[in-house]
Amino acid sequence: MKMEKAILAAVTTEDDRVHGSAAVFKCDTKEEMEAIAANLEAILDGIAHALSDQLYIIVKH
Amino acid sequence: MNEYTYPIILGILVGTALRVFMLRTDYRQYPTYLHGKIIHLSLGFIAAALGTIAIPSIMEKEFTAVTFLTLAASQFREVRNMERNTLTEMDSYELVPRGNTYIEGIAVAFESRNYLVIFTSFVVTLCYLALNVWVALGAAIVCFLLSGMLMSGSKLSDIVTVEEKAISFDGAGLYVDNIYIMNIGLPERQEEIMKYGMGFVLTPKEFSVRSTIANLGQRQAILHDVSVTLGVFRDSGTPALVPLIKRDLNDGRIGVFILPQEKDSKRAKEIIEHVPVLENAIQMPSRKGRRNHS
Repeated sequence: MKMEKAILAAVTTEDDRVHGSAAVFKCDTKEEMEAIAANLEAILDGIAHALSDQLYIIVKH
Repeated sequence: MNEYTYPIILGILVGTALRVFMLRTDYRQYPTYLHGKIIHLSLGFIAAALGTIAIPSIMEKEFTAVTFLTLAASQFREVRNMERNTLTEMDSYELVPRGNTYIEGIAVAFESRNYLVIFTSFVVTLCYLALNVWVALGAAIVCFLLSGMLMSGSKLSDIVTVEEKAISFDGAGLYVDNIYIMNIGLPERQEEIMKYGMGFVLTPKEFSVRSTIANLGQRQAILHDVSVTLGVFRDSGTPALVPLIKRDLNDGRIGVFILPQEKDSKRAKEIIEHVPVLENAIQMPSRKGRRNHS
């Protein structure tokens, strides 16, 4: 089966809100969260989507 | 030398010249390279020869010889396969791919051009043998004009109006006018998009056009053409920077979001207007309605 879309990682400042099989990166500040999301975007070749101000997900399209 | 020599030479010459005339390398950059051109010129020559030979064969009462035209048909179907395979292979390495619908359109055009060559050579040789050389030359000119007409399909400007619209962010959501395009999370990406991005809205001129511009292949063709001509602000490691087209479900308009290297709105508008309407994307739902009511 070919996966069309998948959440590769979640980057958040509120650790208790994200659970599951994807990698979760806990950050202290919003700036740190954005920096990590930007790096992950380049490394994983996915797109960083903002679900809220506290939560980014990296999605492979 | 016999009475068929000159008609055959003329038929082949006109057919091959027609293939040269139809083999224009334009902004789509295909076929660019010399070898690609040689392949198509050789096939054009073969097509011209086949079309020409059919007439003397019939005149000599060799009716079975006409069956080799069927051989030609299968040969040229192979041309379509060849074009499709090559372009599909290359497409995965394009920053903004052509898309299968566009490729199919190009492949079909290559095949049909060979049939036009056969038909032209056939008519020219027939005119030469049945009447005289001047009628044959006249027929050649008519065939050239006819081919030119048949080969130029319609453009997007015939079916939609193109307007430039501002792009904006509502939170992480990127919008062209009021059409949602995608979610861009990172502020630096958003800045890049605001700096380099451009938005256009295509409004259908009539109802049946809606499904044509909604076709994903047609949309990809627009993005490809714009990206080829104006460049694209994107690289393989930046999937967030991707030109996209989304549809307004309420009224069938489509929002085109592009990232040109050269931000020239007048030119971009012209390019979108000149994107060919893909044969495979054309649908005519209004025809159905008309028939039901009559």
